[in-house]
Amino acid sequence: VTPPPERRSPLGGVAAEADGRCVSLAERAFLGKIALRGDGRDAAFPAAVEDALGFPLPLEPNTAAAGPAATALWLGPDEWLVVTVPGREGPLAAGLAQALSGLHALVLDVSDQRTVIAVSGASAPGILAKGTALDLRPPAFDPGRCAQTRLARALVIVHRPDDAPTYDLYVDRSYADYLWRWLERAARDAPPA
Amino acid sequence: MLLISCPWCGPRDETEFSYGGDANLARPADPDAASAAEWTDYLFMRANPKGPHSERWNHAAGCRRWFHVLRDTTTNAVIAVYQQGKSPPEAGQ
Repeated sequence: VTPPPERRSPLGGVAAEADGRCVSLAERAFLGKIALRGDGRDAAFPAAVEDALGFPLPLEPNTAAAGPAATALWLGPDEWLVVTVPGREGPLAAGLAQALSGLHALVLDVSDQRTVIAVSGASAPGILAKGTALDLRPPAFDPGRCAQTRLARALVIVHRPDDAPTYDLYVDRSYADYLWRWLERAARDAPPA
Repeated sequence: MLLISCPWCGPRDETEFSYGGDANLARPADPDAASAAEWTDYLFMRANPKGPHSERWNHAAGCRRWFHVLRDTTTNAVIAVYQQGKSPPEAGQ
């Protein structure tokens, strides 16, 4: 889906810098993101969400669940972030809102609140360790885990979608440029591939 | 630096949390009837114990939930972490 012409990603002007090191940075711009709130302990809420998403909502803290249509990140006992491909957030939010009608819940399109920086490569855990005390290496942070923390003092959601290792960093758009520059600097002494 | 175990997220750095003060404060049950002295007690007077102290913490940079920590004010040791509305696991302030 081509974004409308007036839509600009926070990192639109920055090029990914792989330069032969065993880490690469890339912005995953315009992903659809939906804030989802409701009581995870009330069985009706996760069941209704599962109807709309097609996969069970992750109820264990700091885990993510994925299906063909979307990924759901646990943010709190009553809070999740549903992520989908660019352009899919509208229909998905409408489907969620319909499934949750009558329940005490919130569905809100927050796609433009944050952007996503994907840090991948063998050196990625070491680079991120310069900015956070959270252990992001396996097995403490296996694929499918997510966490909210501070990275170089910026609030981020870290998610590990695969075994690459790739780390998706969800960062507020106003912090995206700062975090990108910090990552570039932190990656300078990464060993060559 | 304190290492605080969030009841949901597990052990995290103190920098991820914000402090919310004494966990045992009770707001006057009938605010209109409370005297100035009772309001003064509630708003300003604190026990400041030496030893175990139960206090509110918020995991501000994580799941953003409030919970209670029983902390020794002399050693900074975190004795227990428990959810709001529950009693501390051990006798404390």
